[in-house]
Formats: sequence, C-alpha cells, structure tokens
Amino acid sequence: MAPKTRNPDLIRGIGKYSRSKMYHKRGLWAIKEKHGGKFPHHDPKPKPDVAAEKPPKFYPADDVKKPLVNKRKPKPTKLRSSITPGTVLIILTGRFKGKRVVFLKQLLSGLLLITGPFKINGVPLRRVNQSYVIATSTKVDISGVSVDKFDDKYFAKKAEKKKKKGEGEFFESEKVENILPQEKKDDQKSVDAALIKSIEGVCDLKTYLGARFSLKSGMKPHELVF
Amino acid sequence: MVKGRQGERVRLYVRGTVLGYKRSKSNQYPNTSLIQIEGLNTKEDVAWYCGKRMAYIYKAKVKKNGTHYRCIWGKVIRPHGNSGVVRAKFKSNLPPKSMGAKVRVFMYPSNI
Repeated sequence: MAPKTRNPDLIRGIGKYSRSKMYHKRGLWAIKEKHGGKFPHHDPKPKPDVAAEKPPKFYPADDVKKPLVNKRKPKPTKLRSSITPGTVLIILTGRFKGKRVVFLKQLLSGLLLITGPFKINGVPLRRVNQSYVIATSTKVDISGVSVDKFDDKYFAKKAEKKKKKGEGEFFESEKVENILPQEKKDDQKSVDAALIKSIEGVCDLKTYLGARFSLKSGMKPHELVF
Repeated sequence: MVKGRQGERVRLYVRGTVLGYKRSKSNQYPNTSLIQIEGLNTKEDVAWYCGKRMAYIYKAKVKKNGTHYRCIWGKVIRPHGNSGVVRAKFKSNLPPKSMGAKVRVFMYPSNI
C-alpha cells in the first residue's frame, strides 16, 4: 500500500503545497526544536578498509553489455482448492490411468505425492502432476500417516557414475541394477499400514479404491460431479 | 494403444468426430479443424472442454516406434457456433482423410 502523501498532486508534477508549507507539514521545525536549533547529525560509520584494487590487465576493445540480473524466484504450483491431504484422486494418464488413489501431500516441485495404497490397487508411492488428475469429493483420514521423509530427492533417478569406456568395455553392456531397494518397500508398507486401517473403517471404500474409473456410454464429463 | 498385457480397458476420453476444416462458403482454412464432441449440444457446455488435449489416431502400413498406430496431438481451442461444435488446432494440420474420422478428447489438463 502506498503511504499517504502529505503533498497531493494538483496535476502531475505540481504539488498542492509550496516548499515552505511542506517544511511546516513535515514537522522539521519540531525536530529542530527538539535538538536545540539544529538538525540531528550522525557521524558516518567507519568503513572497513577495502584492499586496493589493481588496475585490470585487459580492457576489452568494445564495451561488453552485461546481462540484466534475474532475481525471480519461482513459486510452488498453486494447489487446487479441491485437493487436500487425504483426497481420493483419479489418475488420467500413464500406466495407472483410471486408478483411484489417495493424495498425501504436495512436494516442493509442485508435484503431488500419492499412494494406492499399494496393496489395494498396485499404485506405489509416486509423484503425479496436478493437471493429470481429477479430484473427487471423497476424503480419507490421513492423520495416522507421517509423510515428512518424502521429498523430490527421494524420487530422483540415481545418478550413474560416468566411467571412461575402454575398448573392451564398448562391447560389454553394463548391467544396471534396477531392483527396488528394500528401504523403499519398507517405506511403502509403513505409509500404507496406517492408511489401510482408516480405509477399512469406511464402508466400501476399499473396493472403491480397487476399482478403476472409466467413462461409459452416455457419461458426459462436463456434467459429472466428481 | 493395446500393450502386450491384459489390462482393463478404461476409456478416459470422450469420443469426437472430425467434421472438416474451418471454412467459409468457398474457402477452407486447414490449420483449424471443427470437431463434434459426443454429448455436447450448446456453447455453454464447451467451456469445460476448452484447452483439453485431443488426439487423432490413425494406422499406417510402416511400423514406426514399434507400432502401426500413429497420432496427431491437438487441443480444443474454442466453441464454434451455438450448438456444441468445437474448434481444434493440431500440432500439424489434420489430413483430409480424417474428415468423418474419430478423435479422442481427453480430460486433461484437468481443472476439477
């Protein structure tokens, strides 16, 4: 909010009050009085000694333009108001399309952290983009689950060390270990344990999450209430 | 596309028909196609579908990327007229043989 100006514009560039009137309005006479007829004067702080700069060895022939500084900090993606922790989402795309899945939290990258739970519909802990998901009005109680340890780094691909290829190694394909580490399986189990308990408490929710969503004949998405 | 597994067939798209190109009486403009989406009858209904992606899927004799099926992606731009017809722009213009062919209108990017 712009602070209230003491000197409103009559026209752009011309204020309502003259210099002397503004002096009075700003109360500079009161400040002078308070400090015995003079304005308060602060001595400049002693600056730390700057090392003497050497003249540069090289001056470019033409003036080189420096690119402007970019101070923009991207904000995390805005989460739709219909998506809250514990909402059941329908995935629209990918190998799990049509699956109904529980939303856990939004990660720093803006992606949504979801889980099947794995035992119910085979969807593991996964990240999904908000645009490829429909939020339903069904909510699951998620208070028993702690999701603090999951962030984008947990899901990042393991960086493979670049090895210098010798001649012999060109013909051997490196066997990349792609088995899911036991730690991730345990994480899945611990997150799902609390979730499944709260899901089984609600009538039919388990079969609902196990079933896939599909459009049938006569269904019009723009008229459906999810 | 049918992958080599016996998955459940879920339809997560709305069927649409390509009616032709945007045109006046004697000139047509192939960069925009007109699509009739199933179940849409008025201009107001179309608002939900604006921006949704669609795919024109066709078959070819030569296998590309391991499959005979090929696809042109596009999206719904705006309604066309008062009766639920929709204008769509595709990555590359639809071929003339697509007139009367089916198009899949997906439900993403979703806003629900």
